[in-house]
Amino acid sequence: MDAVVETARAVVAADAAAARPPLRFLTCGSVDDGKSTLIGRLLYEQRLIFDDQLAALADDSRRFGTNGAEIDYALLLDGLEVEREQGITVDVAYRYFATPRRAFVVADTPGHEQYTRNMATGASNAELAVLLVDARKGLLAQTRRHAIIADLLGIRHVVLAVNKMDLVAYDRAAFDDIVAAFRRFCDGLGFEDVTCIPLSARFGDNVSRHSPRMAWYAGPTLLAHLENVDAGEARVAAPFRFPVQWVNRPDSEFRGFSGTIAAGSVRIGDEIVALPSGRLTRVASILGAEGETAVAEAGEAVTLTLADEIDVARGDMLAAARERPAVADQFAAHIVWMAEERLLPGRSYLMKINHATLPATITELKHRIDIETLAGLAAKTLALNEVGVVNLSLARPVPFDPYAVNRTTGAFILIDRHSNATVAAGMIDFPLRRAINIHQQNLTVTKAARSALKPHKPAVLWFTGLPGAGKSTIANLVEAALNARGAHTLLLDGDNLRHGLNRDLGFTEADRVENIRRVGEVAKLLTEAGLLVLCSFISPFRAERRMVRELLQPGEFIEIFVDTPLAQCIARDPKGLYRRALAGEIRNFTGVDQPYQPPENPELHLPAGRVEAAALAQQVVDELLRRKIL
Amino acid sequence: MREAVAEFARPVMLYSIGKDSSAMLHIAQKAFAPGKPPFPLLHIDTTWKFREMIAFRDATAARLGLELIVHVNEEGLKRGISPIASGSALHTQVMKTEALRQALDKGRFDAAFGGARRDEEKSRAKERIFSHRSAAHAWDPRHQRPELWRLFNTRIGPGESMRVFPLSNWTELDVWEYIRAEQIPVVPLYFAKERPVVERDGQLIMVDDDRLPLAAGERPRRMRVRFRTLGCYPLTGAIRSDADTIDAVIDEMRRSAQSERQGRIIDRDEQASMERKKREGYF
Repeated sequence: MDAVVETARAVVAADAAAARPPLRFLTCGSVDDGKSTLIGRLLYEQRLIFDDQLAALADDSRRFGTNGAEIDYALLLDGLEVEREQGITVDVAYRYFATPRRAFVVADTPGHEQYTRNMATGASNAELAVLLVDARKGLLAQTRRHAIIADLLGIRHVVLAVNKMDLVAYDRAAFDDIVAAFRRFCDGLGFEDVTCIPLSARFGDNVSRHSPRMAWYAGPTLLAHLENVDAGEARVAAPFRFPVQWVNRPDSEFRGFSGTIAAGSVRIGDEIVALPSGRLTRVASILGAEGETAVAEAGEAVTLTLADEIDVARGDMLAAARERPAVADQFAAHIVWMAEERLLPGRSYLMKINHATLPATITELKHRIDIETLAGLAAKTLALNEVGVVNLSLARPVPFDPYAVNRTTGAFILIDRHSNATVAAGMIDFPLRRAINIHQQNLTVTKAARSALKPHKPAVLWFTGLPGAGKSTIANLVEAALNARGAHTLLLDGDNLRHGLNRDLGFTEADRVENIRRVGEVAKLLTEAGLLVLCSFISPFRAERRMVRELLQPGEFIEIFVDTPLAQCIARDPKGLYRRALAGEIRNFTGVDQPYQPPENPELHLPAGRVEAAALAQQVVDELLRRKIL
Repeated sequence: MREAVAEFARPVMLYSIGKDSSAMLHIAQKAFAPGKPPFPLLHIDTTWKFREMIAFRDATAARLGLELIVHVNEEGLKRGISPIASGSALHTQVMKTEALRQALDKGRFDAAFGGARRDEEKSRAKERIFSHRSAAHAWDPRHQRPELWRLFNTRIGPGESMRVFPLSNWTELDVWEYIRAEQIPVVPLYFAKERPVVERDGQLIMVDDDRLPLAAGERPRRMRVRFRTLGCYPLTGAIRSDADTIDAVIDEMRRSAQSERQGRIIDRDEQASMERKKREGYF
C-alpha cells in the first residue's frame, strides 16, 4: 500500500515540483548542535510555516524557548509534550516541504547518545544525511557515531553542516580544520559524496541564502545543495526484484501477485523465476496504478499475473531469471540492537524479511562494533543501541540480496516472540552457504520404520519448574513406570548433562539458552530413534521451551509444568542451593535473582505442592495413555 | 494496505467522509484491483455531521458496492451529549473517541485504517504507519515500535489492535493534487458556495440545521464560503472563498498563509490536545 502511495506521490510531484521523487534526508547531531533550529529556519525562510503555526510558535517561544524573546525555531519540530518540557526530541519526527524545485521529506532524529536506534530508524528510509557539528566543538564522538550509523544503513550522500559559525566569528580556519578532520575520518567509510557547508541556523547564514559574512565560502548553500543533489539510487538499472506482498484472488478467474518493485523493471513476456521454489515462468500481465501496462519499474506498486500456474505465496520473491538473488537459510549480517532486553544467541526470534515472517536464531555473535572507532570487540551479547556482526540461521531458505546491493531485499527486522517488540534491525552481508547446495541425506530407514519396532510412539516429556520443585523425582518415577511397561526411554537431566555435553556452559541467560538448545537437538535425535525422552530442566524461559517444541513434530512435545510454590521449594531446598543463593553466594539462580516464566498452556499441569510425587507420576502415565502415545 | 490485509484477521477502514478518506478509499480500490477492498467501511457518526456529508457517505458506499457500518454512541445520545450543550472537548471524547472504541470492540476489528497525515499536527509527525494500540485502545508515544525500511512489525497480542495510516507521508497539497489527478469525488462542502453562516469567536459556523441555537439578535448571513476540513458542523469553521473548482482550491492553498487545522475548534482548546486525545484512543 505504502508503495501505491509512493507512486501516487510521484504523479503529484510531477505537477508540483520538478518531476523528481522527493529527497528523503535525515538530520543528526549532538544535543544542542541545532538540528531542529536548522530545519525550522529552512521552513521559515521558504515561507512554509503557516501564520497560525507562527503565532503558536511565538507563543511557545516565550513559554519554552531558550533564546529569550527571539523565535525559537526548534519548537516547530519538537512534537510531544514530554519532550517539549525536557527540551529534547526523543523520537523520529517527519516533516514535509517543497520548494519550486524539489519536494523533501525530513526525518529529525535525536542526538542523545542512547538513541542510536532512532537514528537507525530514520536512516533506513533516507538517501542523504545532514550531520551537524558545533563549530566551537568540532567533531565529537557523537559525530563519528552518527556517520558510522549512516554508513551502516547504506546512506551514500552526506552533508557536514558546520553550525554556529556566528560563535567563531565566521572564521575560515575553524571550518577548514573540522572539514579536514571529517574527511580523514570518512576515508574508512563508504560515502560517495561528502559536502561540507559552514552555516548559522540561528541567523540564516548559508541556509538558503549565501552569507556575506562568509564570502570566503564558494560552495552551495544547504538548500541549493539539497535541491541539486542526485541521490537517486540506481535502482531501475538493477536486476528485477519483486517481493510478493499479497496474493490477489478476487475470484477463481484471476490470480495475481501484488507488491512493490524493489529493483529493476519488468515487461510483459519477461522470463522470471519464483523463489525459493526456483520455478521459471513469464510475466503475462501487469496491473499498475493506472490500470494495465506493458512495463513497470522500481518503486511502482503493481499486480503481476504469470503465464504458468505455479505456487507462489506471500513472502516469496519474483526475480529476473538470469540474475537471481541468493537463496539461503543461513547468512552473515550486521544488526543494530533496539531493545532493552539483551540479545541472546541461540534464542528463537521472528524475522521479517521482505514480506516473509519466519523463526530465526542468531547462531553466532562474531563481535560487537565500537561505533566510534569501528573496532571489533569480543562480546557474548548485545545491549540496546549496540551494533554487532552475527550469523543467523532461519527456519527455511529465503531469497535476498546483500544490503550493499539492495537496501530493500537485503534488510530485515527481528521481533521478540513474546512482547512482539521490534528488537533489531539487520543488514545482510552475504549468505553463509547456498541452500541450493545442501541436499538432505535421504535415509533408507525412516523415523517411522524405527518407531514401528517400539510398542509406543516417540515423544518428549518436558518437565519444567523451579529448582527443587520435584521435577527429577517425578521424572524418575515416570521412567520407572514406563520401563516396566516395556517402553524404550531415556531421561535427560539438567545436572547430568552439565557434567558432559554442556560442561562449557554457565548459568547466565545466554548460556541457559544454549543449554536448552543443545538438549532440544539431542531430544530430537532420540525421537528420530523412536524413543520416549524425558527431559528434566528448569528451562525458565518460554522462548526456549517453544524452540524445542518447534524442533519436533506436532504432538510430540508434552510440556509438563511441575508447579510447586516458591516458598515450598525454598523450604525443601534439597541441594541447599536456595540457602546459598539467598545468601548471595550463587548468582543467576532461578526464582531468586533470575525470573521463571511459567508455561501458558502446558499439556499437563501438576500441582506438585499439594500432591505426592507417585500420584503425579501416575497422572503423567495416564496422560500418555490418553494421548495414545503408549 | 495490502500489508495489513495480509497480516490481520479483521481489518476495517475508518471512513470519515473527508478528502483524506476519499483519497485513501481510492487507493484501496487500486491496491486490491481487480477485486474490491476486502474490508468494510466504518463511520463514527456523532449525529452532528453536515447533512451533505451523510448523503455523500451513503452514495459513495452504494456506488462502490462496499459494506458500510455506521456507529453512533447511543449511550452518549441518551446522556444528551452534544457539541452545544457539552462543549467541544466532552462531545469529542464521548461521541468520537468512546464511540470509536465501542465500534472497534463490537466488530472485533484488529486493524483499522485511518486517513491521518503526519503533516497535520505536531504529535502526528511522530506517529507510525502501523501504530500499536493496547487492548484498551490507548496509544503510548513512549513505547512505539521503530519502523525501519518498509518492514512493518504487525504482531499484536490478544485483544490488542493496530491503527494503520497509509497517508502518513502525504501533505494536504498532495491529497488535493491526487484528487485532481484521479478525479476523485469529494463532498461539495470543500468548494465555495453561498451558505448560511454565523460568526463566533472569529470562526464562521454554518447553520446546517435548526439545532444550532442562535444568540439574541444573531442572524445567519449568506456568505460565499468553503471548508478545508470537515467534522461536526458546529465545531468546523468555514473560510471565505471563491474557490469553487479543484484547480481554484489548489491555487488558493498554494497561496494560503493558514494551516488546515485553523478551522478545527477542538485543537485550540488546549496546547497539545491532540496528543492527549490520541492516548485515549482517538485517531
